[in-house]
Amino acid sequence: MNMAIALAGNPNSGKTTLFNLLTGARQHVGNYPGVTVEKKEGICIVGSNKLHIVDLPGTYSLTAYSLEEIVARDFLINENPAMVVDIVDAANLERNLYLGVQFMEMGIPVVIALNMMDVADKRGIKTDIKKLSALLNVPVVPLVARSGKGKRQLIDVIVSNAGKKQRPLKISYGNDIDAALEKLEKIIRSASFMPWACHPGWVALKYLENDARIIEQGREHDPEISAQLCEIVQKTADHLEATLGVHPEGIIADQRYGYIHSVLKQGVLIHDNDRNRLQVSDKIDKILVNRFAGPVIMAAVMMGLYHFTFEYSQLPVEWMENFFGWLSATAAGVMPDGLLKSLVISGIIDGVGGVMGFVPLIMFMFAGISFLEDSGYLARVAFMLDRVFRAFGLHGSSVMPFIVSGGIAGGCAVPGVMASRTLKSPRERLATLLTVPFMNCGAKLPVFALLVAAFFSDHQAAVMFAITFISWAGALIVAKFLRSTIIKGESTPFVMELPPYRMPTFRGILIHTYERTWQYMKKAGTVILGISILLWAMMSFPGLDKSAALSMNTAQLAQARLENSIAGRIGHALEPVTRLAGFDWRTNIALVGGFAAKEVVVSTLGTAYSLGEIDPENTESLTDRLKKARQWSPLTAFSLILFTIFYAPCFVTVVCIAKESGSWKWAGFSVAFNTLLALGISVLFYQTALVVLPLL
Amino acid sequence: MGKIHLRQMRVNQTGRIASVKAKGELGRRIRDMGLVPGKQIRIQGRAPLKDPVSLRLMGFTLMLRNNEAEYIEVEV
Repeated sequence: MNMAIALAGNPNSGKTTLFNLLTGARQHVGNYPGVTVEKKEGICIVGSNKLHIVDLPGTYSLTAYSLEEIVARDFLINENPAMVVDIVDAANLERNLYLGVQFMEMGIPVVIALNMMDVADKRGIKTDIKKLSALLNVPVVPLVARSGKGKRQLIDVIVSNAGKKQRPLKISYGNDIDAALEKLEKIIRSASFMPWACHPGWVALKYLENDARIIEQGREHDPEISAQLCEIVQKTADHLEATLGVHPEGIIADQRYGYIHSVLKQGVLIHDNDRNRLQVSDKIDKILVNRFAGPVIMAAVMMGLYHFTFEYSQLPVEWMENFFGWLSATAAGVMPDGLLKSLVISGIIDGVGGVMGFVPLIMFMFAGISFLEDSGYLARVAFMLDRVFRAFGLHGSSVMPFIVSGGIAGGCAVPGVMASRTLKSPRERLATLLTVPFMNCGAKLPVFALLVAAFFSDHQAAVMFAITFISWAGALIVAKFLRSTIIKGESTPFVMELPPYRMPTFRGILIHTYERTWQYMKKAGTVILGISILLWAMMSFPGLDKSAALSMNTAQLAQARLENSIAGRIGHALEPVTRLAGFDWRTNIALVGGFAAKEVVVSTLGTAYSLGEIDPENTESLTDRLKKARQWSPLTAFSLILFTIFYAPCFVTVVCIAKESGSWKWAGFSVAFNTLLALGISVLFYQTALVVLPLL
Repeated sequence: MGKIHLRQMRVNQTGRIASVKAKGELGRRIRDMGLVPGKQIRIQGRAPLKDPVSLRLMGFTLMLRNNEAEYIEVEV
């Protein structure tokens, strides 16, 4: 028999571990239709039964306020799974049951998987499982998901209980609300109002909770009935507001906890000692979030993550580079000269190499971050830094993406943008992923190094420090600007759990890293390859006349070709504007090339100055050339540095922004907005300096 | 027994939640996490910059910003 089973539970309750335990390698990651919320599905085969397991997003509740909760709820309503497995932390039963109670209110068959029995045991918490099961009227199975203990029994219970009819849980929410519920339910039942949504009592409850989504759907279904219901709700709300000063939604939530408390009080839960006493985690926190030691340790951990991501991935990145270099060389050897050869080498091989080159970085970054996340440390980072980031409309968790993107110079915005997934607040997340590209990624460094070496060789350290400072300040100010204009809105409530420290499992990190990396290759890879070919075409077409080419040497020929290409024409066309910032057409072409990858700015400048191939790592000839060029001065150089910090992210980052924000609109925005911003800053700097410097 | 705002509580001070004044999403989030009237809480600590605050209730640790704690009244 085939059946759909939904796996639900609070964050940090071990849901992912249980999902991996049940499905093994048979899983598939996708998205819920139309939204960026991740949907994991897997298969668990038991005898002749095939359990199709869907991992719902980890949530604390089922309101209409967050995408995750709406997605979870809609799945339950629309897909009608045969059973919900509600995974519950046995050491934190009271709060975890709050979500479980909401499933029971929906009237879906529920089994409670009481996880982390070992941890609860150690803390002196004993649970009377039979009693709990009897009082809640649902099966309860003890479990240790990490070791697999209890898996057999859980599967047996799922198979024998799935699809059974379950009577919806009915809690008393107090006289006023109960009376209103009864009235609402009667209307809903007799009008067959919203028949698809669970049962009349649940719809009534949602109306009283002022659930925006259900009310909207109700209005669409039958505006008259919906208005009738809203009127009753309004009356009840007014009455409660006047007598108790509370909204029905508040009372309903309070009463759910009241119900759970009354169940647990009947001898279900026995504590050997005070439950708010200090646990091991709290003792660790005395040091790790200490006022003085905390920030120091945090800085060290970030440096550690940074080194782990960028140093350890160096070797595999080199293998990739060597492999694609070898591939290029082989192709160059066997193919006849001409357009096709250029397309294969500069378009396709470089494009695929570009996609693959990021893979080791992404793998190491996700391994590192999922270690920090699973261990519970990431929540502490958010705790310590929230005050700083909140001032700019961001969230404490925004720090990771910033650091990975190059907050410590030399990162990469591609894994940085992807790291913004750890943020659960939608507006803060969007502002983060739009501003992380301002950080100094490893590919911008050769550009800075070239300009600093040519024009600021006496003040290298100071200028590099200024660059880092300007990019951080710029990113934070722009974030604040975005959050007060186009991503305006109240900050998302911060209320978060500080989960106890846990040792992450190797298997968990491995699966997580594999999924993320594969997703990047599959989703971003194809688009990146396409754009890479497009950029190649822009730099190569239209070619030169044969007659014009005859009299030139190789370097001159390359320069003339570039100047005549689409990119070259764009460069020329933009010169009147970019002059204001001090850039001529050569710089413009280089910047267009930089859209492919920032270090290309250096090699394209080389071609534009007829120097032939320039190795970004070794730019002596170009340094000399720039120093001597009439149109270059330290002013132009700094103006270009400013432009490089702020202008459009490379297209790999742009593709990732589109994937992570769920919309190409934001990707397009980041290209246009960042470039205009960069132009504005550079022009302002250049023009001001031209006026002010002679006065000094 | 006096009532004060959660924001004004000292580290290690204990109390019982008297009321939650927040409405809408914030009100719901605060309640969903178990901060409902009648619950016993203990202030666990504050972040290095004094905000947010972390507290213990029902055997787990929770953190919230000071401006969110403002909506919660506690009997101490």
